[in-house]
Amino acid sequence: MFVLVTNYLINMPSFVINEKCDGCKAQDKTACQYICPNDLMVLDKETNKAYNQAVDMCWECYSCVKICPNQAIEVRGYADFMPLGAVVQPLRSTDTIMWSVRFRNKQVKRFKFPIRTIPEGTLESNGGFSEGNADLKSQNLRTEPDSLGTDLFTK
Amino acid sequence: MNAAEFETIVVETDLLILGGGMAACGAAFEAAHWAAKNNMKVTLVDKAAMERSGAVAMGLSAINLYLGLKDGNNTVEDYVTYVKNDLMGIARQDLVANIARHVDSSVHLFEKWGLPIWKDDDGKYVKEGRWQIMIHGEAYKNIVSEAAKTALRELGDNGEYFERVFITEPIMEGGRCVGAAGFSVREKKFYIFKAKAVLDTMGGAVHIFRPRSVGEGLGRSWYPPFNSGASAYFTLKSGAEMTCQEVRFVPVRFKDSYGPVGAWFLLFKSKATNAKGEEYMVTRAGELDKWAPYGQTKPTPTNLRNLLMLKEVEEGNGPIYMHTEDAIRELLVDIPDEKEARRKLKELESEAWEDFLDMTISQALNWASHNIMPEETPSEIAATEPYFISSHSGASGAWVSGPEDLAPSDYFFGYGNMTTVNGLFAAGDASGASSHKFSSGSFTEGRISGKAAIAFCVDNPDMPVISDERIAELKEMTFKPLEIFDEHKDYSNDPDVNPNFIKPRMFMFRLQKIMDEYAGGASVGFRTSKALLEKGLEFLNLMKEDSSKLAASDANELMRCWENVHRMWQAESHIRTIMFREETRWPGYYSRTDFPEMKADWEVFANCKWDPETGEWEMIKREVVDL
Repeated sequence: MFVLVTNYLINMPSFVINEKCDGCKAQDKTACQYICPNDLMVLDKETNKAYNQAVDMCWECYSCVKICPNQAIEVRGYADFMPLGAVVQPLRSTDTIMWSVRFRNKQVKRFKFPIRTIPEGTLESNGGFSEGNADLKSQNLRTEPDSLGTDLFTK
Repeated sequence: MNAAEFETIVVETDLLILGGGMAACGAAFEAAHWAAKNNMKVTLVDKAAMERSGAVAMGLSAINLYLGLKDGNNTVEDYVTYVKNDLMGIARQDLVANIARHVDSSVHLFEKWGLPIWKDDDGKYVKEGRWQIMIHGEAYKNIVSEAAKTALRELGDNGEYFERVFITEPIMEGGRCVGAAGFSVREKKFYIFKAKAVLDTMGGAVHIFRPRSVGEGLGRSWYPPFNSGASAYFTLKSGAEMTCQEVRFVPVRFKDSYGPVGAWFLLFKSKATNAKGEEYMVTRAGELDKWAPYGQTKPTPTNLRNLLMLKEVEEGNGPIYMHTEDAIRELLVDIPDEKEARRKLKELESEAWEDFLDMTISQALNWASHNIMPEETPSEIAATEPYFISSHSGASGAWVSGPEDLAPSDYFFGYGNMTTVNGLFAAGDASGASSHKFSSGSFTEGRISGKAAIAFCVDNPDMPVISDERIAELKEMTFKPLEIFDEHKDYSNDPDVNPNFIKPRMFMFRLQKIMDEYAGGASVGFRTSKALLEKGLEFLNLMKEDSSKLAASDANELMRCWENVHRMWQAESHIRTIMFREETRWPGYYSRTDFPEMKADWEVFANCKWDPETGEWEMIKREVVDL
């Protein structure tokens, strides 16, 4: 591996669009740094832009793309097996996600799917089920049998 | 950067949950409830951010384990039989049954927490297959982690979680696991977590075998690259007995981007053929007789479906195609009305794309970049590289206790899901021989373990002691790669090329090369033998020596060092167990060329154990007991 210089200009598969990234101004860390499950996103303190520090360890999970407040991150498919020209880009709202799929031949398809049925931050931990009155040594788990809808199977 | 810069922080808790994925979230949800009743503290430690950590980080398009017990759709016994057959007879039926009897409860909770589950006109879940239900699962992990965090918050001061803390090592005291050491990849902090009970839920292992793509696509493993063998390392180093360390999983998926095939095979009834259009599951059905009785069970075991496809590839009959175009045509054939057919096509198209966009976005990008329209063009499928994932169709993990009411006496040792080490529990990909639990079952197994671990804390109320000397030792060990880099970095003009150390990246490639070429990786058609395995072990031992020279220039690279130490241990236990089992039982996952057949006297668990006192490995056979 070559010495890592701040080569965010050419970093992919997930890559940062210079013009759009503002380094999540005034936050202690960028949104993409917060979310990346593989700890790949880094903020270059000099340019105040984020970059993916190990592109070949990127799962293309799009967590950074989805969370970026400026929509500054996109994904260019792994160059070792994907021909150039396609873009798959999400726009995630509080309850749905809209995907734009642009093919290499420029055709575009759009898909919209629900992502949750109740607003974030409003769930009840027991799901509204009765907590049950099992004891610590019994086989019933929290909210059972109510959440099972039937009695627990035993031998 | 060196050890002295890291502040040591000691955290005392009752139950320590290691990991942040589905099993960890299930454990937090459940343990919080029992901890509140017993005035216990629960602490969870995640290497990433819980809302997108673990194998479900990207989302999922289906929940692969739901029985529908309340509607009488299936029985627990049916599921146990299915899992046993799929794993060629090797399954802990008590563990499988325990997960199966509780899993519907978890799925019903997910729905209440806001997970959109597909429903039919009667309001019933839409089934993908017998055990699988379809979901709009882009935010599956966000939702489940929100429930776990809420449950911990409800514990007040007795509930806490740490993110971006990487666990390096178990802490043992008098044969009991009493905590874990780790460090923050964000702040200069070294953590000692001291606990009455420890639950290992740190996922399976990826990047142990050389992947088929080694350029940018290296990261496009089917299972995520951040699941790096931490679970197996933790239980092995604690001295816990492990099971099924030979039972890797090799999924057959859409080629290169590894998109899911479940919806195509099960929901859309798609068929796979060789390049000549021959359906190998039909033309090669005779091969299955060799693997009786499991070869004749329906559905055909996963590894045997692989085998028939691998034979086509071996004989040069590729590419292998998933005929998406035929499947869609078949689904439209009974709709004579043109307008209705167009509407249905639109619906199928949306479902097909969502399947990828919910869980393997890269596959959608792959289709778009190749101008593939599934209704017009078939897509290539291929076998991936091997992974360690006991929640799917592999089985590697710790040997844990079954539930008191279901487990045969040999399988029960005090607390459900406790390993053979006192105070150490395992769930999800960390526990073995309970395959096919998937996301919902892993969450459920986390719940079972979380409750049992609180019971252990109640029965063992004294807070263990960890000496200052031990803490100092662990700190030195954890940060050694930083020290090594600091000491030698000025010797050469390249931070990665230096005769005094090895960087984790090349260390990983070295491991992958050994495993691929000697332990039956993808490049050798998943074949190996005693001679090859012995050679592999010889090279692994040299690697083990060199692991003391791993070097890191920052916290991120320090994490990579440790991830690869963890991988190395998973690799060694794999080689040793494959060598121990002198037969071929899962021929589509690997075959022993020196023992090419399945043998009745090997219908047993092949377990292994590393002794922390002597450093010796012990290989153990354990009986398979039918429920």
